[in-house]
Amino acid sequence: MRFVDEYRDPAKARALARQIASLCEPGRTYKLMEVCGGHTHTIYKHGLEAYLPEAVSLVHGPGCPVCVIPMGRVDDAIAIASQPGVTMATFGDLMRVPGRRGSFLDAKAKGADIRMVYSPLDALRLARELPDRQVVFMAIGFETTAPSTAVTVLRAQAEGVRNFSVFCNHVTIIPPLRAILSSAEVALDGFIGPGHVSAVIGCRPYEVIAREHQKPVVVTGFEPLDVLQAVYMLMRQLSERRAAVENQYSRVVSWEGNPAALQVIDQTMELRPSFEWRGLGDIPYSALKLRSRYAAFDAEERFEVPGARVADPRACQCGQVLRGLIQPWQCRVFAKACTPERPIGTCMVSSEGACAAYYNFGRRHRQAQKAGQR
Amino acid sequence: MCLGIPCQVDEVAADQPQTAWVDVGGARRKVSIALLDDEQVVPGDWVLVHVGFALCKLDEAEAQATLELLEGMAKAYQDELAALARSDIA
Ligand code: SF4
Repeated sequence: MRFVDEYRDPAKARALARQIASLCEPGRTYKLMEVCGGHTHTIYKHGLEAYLPEAVSLVHGPGCPVCVIPMGRVDDAIAIASQPGVTMATFGDLMRVPGRRGSFLDAKAKGADIRMVYSPLDALRLARELPDRQVVFMAIGFETTAPSTAVTVLRAQAEGVRNFSVFCNHVTIIPPLRAILSSAEVALDGFIGPGHVSAVIGCRPYEVIAREHQKPVVVTGFEPLDVLQAVYMLMRQLSERRAAVENQYSRVVSWEGNPAALQVIDQTMELRPSFEWRGLGDIPYSALKLRSRYAAFDAEERFEVPGARVADPRACQCGQVLRGLIQPWQCRVFAKACTPERPIGTCMVSSEGACAAYYNFGRRHRQAQKAGQR
Repeated sequence: MCLGIPCQVDEVAADQPQTAWVDVGGARRKVSIALLDDEQVVPGDWVLVHVGFALCKLDEAEAQATLELLEGMAKAYQDELAALARSDIA
């Protein structure tokens, strides 16, 4: 885009940083949660923490879909993929996510037909090309991705593609935020709201967080200055004792979201009464499944699915990272037993996971920052 | 997978409904515009593409406005700084 350079101007970043500092009340500390893994990535990549006063800390939230998928669902997906005649299509990010007996990558090495796709429409194309196989799309993602799955199901139905189904793991963004606030394990002061999911749902759904939990939310873009501006807007609300939903990302996000996208989700999917999240446990009405009239495209209807609950490995502290209780480098196995090549937990898998982002970029900035403080 | 890529629409596919050709760093790619339902997509439009679907149009004027807001803030602060530099507090 034309304006990208301006969104990275260090002089503007420093000016914003000074304004943020000027809003800090003496003796008070601030904890802001960036919900989305894309923001975590921006923060570490550009070393944004170095621009913030010591009183302001950023904690990472549950907004990376790869990070929150529980082990049991990975096992279920691998069980489906291992059945004869099945071809599983999945986003590349998921290939390394560990299940109890290994990842998709391991299952593939053992002979399962697992293919990486960029889009659910690629999975549908595979189904057309492989009429003798059952092609299952491993659907994950928040409301950002759910409409694409929905359109693909509708397309499969319209075209009469019978060997295509979806293993639906779509989740919704508001319930985990409320769960984190209600658990009161960590005292958060506000949220840097996710950008792209809000292109679909709009800003309105966050009002419940401002109203019922009295926490400000600023929906935010992904450039470094977007994130700093969001911090400034949150700090301004806090200094004015306000809790409202504000839109920093209005060049992309509208207040009402994308009605066509919301409509196709509603047409094809309904909320599950409960769904397990990695590190957060069961959260009521927090995930989507296909409506019964699309059962023919529902892998959970078509295949035997074990559905077992699997506890996370003992060494894994992803749950605490995802709830903002610890920072990646505080996990015992970080960068030792757990690396992007051999992840123990999910947060190390996707480049949007907090541990992977910190592993790839953050350490350098943090060391520089520490050196600067000496 | 969660990323959205801003792309400029080259052409709306004549032979395929709800599909457009976009330019991604010089390469032409097909994306679905099914989620833009009621919005007329025309060549030259910017869209945010996620997993092969245009999620929304990007408004360049809005992008400019956000930028000016930032510039305005930076200026306000720089004015303040300049004023401070001129002052001489004992
Ligand atoms: S270092 Fe690995 S195990 Fe620890 S929290 Fe991060 S991803 Fe999870």
